[in-house]
Amino acid sequence: MTRTGLSRTRSSEEATAEPTTMRVIVPLQGVVQGRGGLVLGSVIPCALFYFLQLYLRRRNRSAPIPPPAPEDQLPEVAVLSRSLSRTHLSPRGSGGPTYVSGRASLVAKSGDSPCDVGLRKVSEDPYDELRNPDGVIQLGLAENKLSLDLVRDWMVENARDAILGGGRSGGEPSIGGIASYQPFDGLMELKVAVAGFMSQVMDKSVSFNSSQIILTTGATPAIEMLSFCLADTGNAFLVPTPYYPCFDRDVKWRTGVEIIPVPCRSADNFSLSITALDRAFNQAKKRGIKVRGIIISNPSNPVGNLLDRETLYSLLDFAREKNIHIVSNEIFAGSTHGKEEFVSMAEIINSEDLDRNRVHIVYGLSKDLSLPGFGVGIIYSFNENVLAAAKKLTRFSSISAPSQRLLISMLSDTKFIQQFIGINRERLRGMHIKFVAGLKQLGIECIKSNGGFCCWVDMRALIRSYSEKGELELWDKLLKIAKVNVTPGSCCHCIEPGWFRFCFTTLAQKDIPVVMERIRKISEICKSHS
Amino acid sequence: MAIEIDDHQQPSVELSKVAVSETHGEDSPYFAGWKAYDEDPYHELNNPLGVIQMGLAENQVSFDLLEEYLEKHSEASSWGKGASGFRENALFQDYHGLKSFRKAMASFMEQIRGGRVKFDPERIVLTAGATAANELLTFILADPSDALLVPTPYYPGFDRDLRWRTGVKIVPIHCESSNNFQITPEALEAAYSNAEAMNIKVRGVLITNPSNPLGATIQRSVLEEIFDFVTRKNIHLVSDEIYSGSVFSPTEFVSVAEILEARKFKDSERVHIVYSLSKDLGLPGFRVGTIYSYNDKVVTTARRMSSFTLISSQTQHLLASMLSNKAFTENYIKINRERLRKRYEMIIEGLRSAGIECLKGNAGLFCWMNLSPLLDEPTREGELALWNSMLHEVKLNISPGSSCHCSEPGWFRVCFANMSELTLQVALKRIHIFMEQLRSSTLASNQDYSGCRFLVLQVARQPI
Repeated sequence: MTRTGLSRTRSSEEATAEPTTMRVIVPLQGVVQGRGGLVLGSVIPCALFYFLQLYLRRRNRSAPIPPPAPEDQLPEVAVLSRSLSRTHLSPRGSGGPTYVSGRASLVAKSGDSPCDVGLRKVSEDPYDELRNPDGVIQLGLAENKLSLDLVRDWMVENARDAILGGGRSGGEPSIGGIASYQPFDGLMELKVAVAGFMSQVMDKSVSFNSSQIILTTGATPAIEMLSFCLADTGNAFLVPTPYYPCFDRDVKWRTGVEIIPVPCRSADNFSLSITALDRAFNQAKKRGIKVRGIIISNPSNPVGNLLDRETLYSLLDFAREKNIHIVSNEIFAGSTHGKEEFVSMAEIINSEDLDRNRVHIVYGLSKDLSLPGFGVGIIYSFNENVLAAAKKLTRFSSISAPSQRLLISMLSDTKFIQQFIGINRERLRGMHIKFVAGLKQLGIECIKSNGGFCCWVDMRALIRSYSEKGELELWDKLLKIAKVNVTPGSCCHCIEPGWFRFCFTTLAQKDIPVVMERIRKISEICKSHS
Repeated sequence: MAIEIDDHQQPSVELSKVAVSETHGEDSPYFAGWKAYDEDPYHELNNPLGVIQMGLAENQVSFDLLEEYLEKHSEASSWGKGASGFRENALFQDYHGLKSFRKAMASFMEQIRGGRVKFDPERIVLTAGATAANELLTFILADPSDALLVPTPYYPGFDRDLRWRTGVKIVPIHCESSNNFQITPEALEAAYSNAEAMNIKVRGVLITNPSNPLGATIQRSVLEEIFDFVTRKNIHLVSDEIYSGSVFSPTEFVSVAEILEARKFKDSERVHIVYSLSKDLGLPGFRVGTIYSYNDKVVTTARRMSSFTLISSQTQHLLASMLSNKAFTENYIKINRERLRKRYEMIIEGLRSAGIECLKGNAGLFCWMNLSPLLDEPTREGELALWNSMLHEVKLNISPGSSCHCSEPGWFRVCFANMSELTLQVALKRIHIFMEQLRSSTLASNQDYSGCRFLVLQVARQPI
């Protein structure tokens, strides 16, 4: 397969992280630039160039991957470099290499996107103000480190007793309670605590019923479980773009379900239009693809938009008309920092008696509670059959009992939680304002965001060509020269090139000037080139 | 699907095939027994006539050792190291897992195997339990409609874990009591041919060693034969060694890792080991499982896929120091083995004196009991009738062999490690009386087990 051959040329991280398509197209540029007469030199090569790009793009997209032939030689994955283990591996036995599934091959190829490359670069060379001031600054990870100190202090004080219960009962630490099999979808106490927290974090605008909650090890398995429950292999979900890059993994990898992107445009501030949804639905229908639902994120990642009440009602109407599901990913609900009010899909449904069966909410504790290492995801559904199926599926991704105990204790500490939510929000707002202001000083604008950990940044003025290639060239410069890791819009399937996601929650306030200075340098380099 | 009543009278929104499928298997007798237990659980004081749970393979015999450790080393459960300890542990959930924890797991696995093999922490992929590990490997090694060969009798959960979401099939390798249910090359070949005849592509063999439900280790020579078989067919071998630390005698367990080391790792890229702390350490609530693969591609892919089934970094931190504490683990493994052996001998003796024989076992949390002489008819129905009366009259939840796909009716798996010694004695007493009543002529003639209704009352009145 040609693709394999192309992949081989990018065997190490030193290679520029352009997608496979670019390496073929670049040599054609000479032809495209018009050597060979008007017709031969421009029209024909342009046409070839265009069709080749189209062909490669189509193939790289989500076409069903056929199972590879047993002889398929996938590129050496750079991750494993343990020489000790390598000596343990002998040359192939009889019959060639042992088979791995189509799904596995898809996953094996996935490690070289800009997102992955960026993360690797940061882990190899992380910025540290004192010890590594020239390291790579992480702006590509939507994790909240702004309030880790609050969580840490609570843990140091309370964790032991919370897990083992020794302090509370005054006796010795007891393991019986946490060692045995627990219900896979989470302890009832934790569900109650989570229901309370969700309500608190959404400013008490809606109350959540603990019996409609399924707990699992993160929003990642939560989304995957819903994909398994709501759609069959070959079906699709409509997802507005730009979207969280890992939806491709969560929705598609193991389920065989497709994502149909529904483009949103800068002219609309990347807000969702029902017209676009409708168009995408009809196009899918024409292609014979059955759409089973819509996945929205509110607040959205990467843009940071909130969906207003009217839009939510229209979405519900649309879903009702097409008889499909709505999955509302509200994982940043507690991380709003603007003036706009957050409205949960739960609030909309609570006021309606109809169509509850088609609405499912995904939530998690890692963002709002600044607890990424813990992995707690929530499916909140109004459909008892979905709850029943998801509950059974949680056996594959059940939260560790000691962690559950710890969280029950933390979430029940209402004084702490109240304080935490308040302080965390303040810090988030403060960071956001400073970061946006810093960019503005460089003449760089962002979409006005009301929630989440990131800014959706307009770098169109700095890209050399208004194309994905141009965008990735800038991304590369930012990573290699400016040494900041950001997420290019193409990873988020944004149809307009030049937009980038910058996450500001992994920084301290004093890091902002450092970041801005580095971006300023790149900005000057780019401007001087054009 | 429930019928929806709404104004629009439109068809209710559909769910997927996976959501409505029965492959989760929760309607089988294996799980029905659990329901009966949940509704009427035995308690020494509060409910002495209740159902005794002997269908759950959980290890509760060594809790005190864990508690003692946690009491002495309280920094494990707190962030005692202060800011630095917290910082490195609570940060972004990386699917690689904490290095210290992987090292600890590798070291623990080595200790269980008496130091006869080495495990590389970089080849360890963490999952939330062995359930997740087995499913993940199946996703990686096989496409939908492909098959894995699994020797019978096998853990009933495999029907769900290996097949439900993956779409992969199980083709059984039939094993018989005539040779103590050992896997033979003929049985392997027969299973493979069977699959071929059905036009199904076989992608691997999955064995459990020590075996569940047999409670016995697989002999070295058999392991060699299985390995030769998978090499010849160029397929994978998954060895679920979840009970490796629960072998009664340290010398009787041979891990597939030892076979590979002896052969200098030739053809090893087809082998993957599954392990978990749920059985050996008695910590099923912690949800700690691992895949150890000798195949680079599988390691990398499994690691990425483990995003769907992560172990909280806090749990990893909690266990890392405990599992690296060689003095603790050595002591634990030794004492746990001893206690399990003692329990095993107790139940075997108790059953023998009631006239019931079991398969000779040497590992695990259960024994494989032969009640075929008691069957009315040597069929699945006969077995289920007996199982039903054991559950409702004798009030013992045991697992019928048919749930484990045993090809011979009348075998049952009986767990002994999830209860106190006292409770085990009550259970044995009930079995004793049941057998006595069966031997008495009236019952034997009409195979009516209803007389056992009063059995539990009799047991309750008797001094132990």
